[in-house]
Amino acid sequence: MSSNQVTLKQKLKAYRRTPGSFLVMLLVMLSAILTFTVLIFLIAYILVRGVPYITPSLFSFTYTSENASLMPALINTVVMTLLSLLIAVPFGIFSAIFLVEYAGRGNRFIEIIRLTTETLSGIPSIVYGLFGMLFFVTTCGWGFSLLAGAFTLAIMILPLIMRTTEEALKSVSDSYREGSFGLGAGKLRTVFRIVLPSAVPGILAGVILAVGRIVGETAALIYTAGSVADVPSSVMGSGRTLAVHMYNLASEGLYMNQAYATAVILLALVVGINTLSSIVAKRLTKA
Amino acid sequence: MKAKAWKENFMRGVFFIAACASVLAVALICIFLFANGVPAMKEIGFMKFLSGEMWRPKNSIYGIFPMIIGSIYVTAGAILFGVPIGILTSVFMAKYCPKRIYKPLKSATELLAGIPSVVYGFFGLVVLVPWIRELGRTLKGMGLISSSGNGNSILTASLLLGMMILPTIIGVTESAVRAVPDHYYEGAVALGATHERAIFRVILPAAKSGVVAGVVLGVGRAIGETMAVIMVAGNQARMPSGIFRGIRTLTANIVLEMGYAADLHREALIATGVVLFVFILLINFCVAILNRRTSHE
Repeated sequence: MSSNQVTLKQKLKAYRRTPGSFLVMLLVMLSAILTFTVLIFLIAYILVRGVPYITPSLFSFTYTSENASLMPALINTVVMTLLSLLIAVPFGIFSAIFLVEYAGRGNRFIEIIRLTTETLSGIPSIVYGLFGMLFFVTTCGWGFSLLAGAFTLAIMILPLIMRTTEEALKSVSDSYREGSFGLGAGKLRTVFRIVLPSAVPGILAGVILAVGRIVGETAALIYTAGSVADVPSSVMGSGRTLAVHMYNLASEGLYMNQAYATAVILLALVVGINTLSSIVAKRLTKA
Repeated sequence: MKAKAWKENFMRGVFFIAACASVLAVALICIFLFANGVPAMKEIGFMKFLSGEMWRPKNSIYGIFPMIIGSIYVTAGAILFGVPIGILTSVFMAKYCPKRIYKPLKSATELLAGIPSVVYGFFGLVVLVPWIRELGRTLKGMGLISSSGNGNSILTASLLLGMMILPTIIGVTESAVRAVPDHYYEGAVALGATHERAIFRVILPAAKSGVVAGVVLGVGRAIGETMAVIMVAGNQARMPSGIFRGIRTLTANIVLEMGYAADLHREALIATGVVLFVFILLINFCVAILNRRTSHE
């Protein structure tokens, strides 16, 4: 222990002269404890109530009124995630490439794009749901379908993917680009062969975060993908994802035990996805 | 060589078009919401729609004032619970937390942000609602309030939303506090201020615009939250009559009735979405201004 370190006893003694500061310190500590207790309590409560009800029948391939299986919803979630990523990832990455690699600094167009992505990321999911219903379901005539849901979600995650890709591209050192140009590579070759590969971990972390958002989304899907409890035969059919399934179980109130179990699965999925994202992001900072 | 130049230009065009996607998306969202919602507002009567205290779709009476008030009440409640605790927790994270436990706590706040709103709603439904019901009954037994309600109430929704906006506020405030140069703190301590005094009188005021931006972002999240609120707020479309009574928010109004609404009723719901959208745009505008001010400082 170094000499300028203060022991707890000395600290408390110092506080005796300043009771106001002591009180503030207590408040800070209490708030922090409260925040983390709430989190622990929430997770523990759902785990304790839900884990006993995770049974094999919960994973049977068909949903019946006797057995509120979550398997169809899980399959729908996977399909929905893949579809949304298929639409949003190319757009997100390409537009980030345009912003970072092509558009000159102080370009007015950049300002406009930045403004719109900020707007997009602030829009609540129910507004996306309304728009998806008006545009994809009604105007495009797709009806309640996985495709309409996927397009709605794609717009929702676009700003997230754009921003993380932008950050990742910006963190690639300019010397890479200069080296590539110096060896005679064109702009396009430099972007695809040099810049993008070094930015992959950052982009991937963003994509995984987006997956987490898709998996947890409810409000944007109820009136775009609908809430049929089976796996549709094609992407033009209606189907509920796991989060929508969870909402339906909880609001119907008939399958509370299954709702707890579904909550556990949903929580585990989202926590797993977020952890994966931060691990990938950490590799970026190491590299 | 020519073919290469052509390819370069072609891909440049592709990137440009992709970049236009977000602009197009915002334009489409605005056009479709306004084109479908505004005519309904006109038909109902602009002021009648916004300030009407009755929502009776069966009798073609569409007044969303109770829902506007409902959204404002639960958001205000969320701020009341979430902001003080959020700011104090972020101060803890930035200035008190021992290095050893910082990382797990930081990922805990990220976890709090990642939990889906439907899981929060479910937690509220099975834990908070019974608690508030008991609290209401106890208070009524003591003669403090006239109606105990059934647990689905403004108070429950406020508590739950307060929990949900914590990670937003903690994240933004913590980075704002960390962005204040160390010599502010050192100067204050050198002048004889205690650790707490230096933080709350010097650092927090210096980080003010960042803190406010965090709070405004939290407000945006609270006002736009849908599923969690539906599950705990009771959803009665009438003027609020106490914090232990139920309320319906703008977001809840859309989800609850869109499933069976038709004609003017449906358009009135879309118009509800328009009102919500305008609220959100105003909030975004505030955040943008605050962020600009922070980056100028």
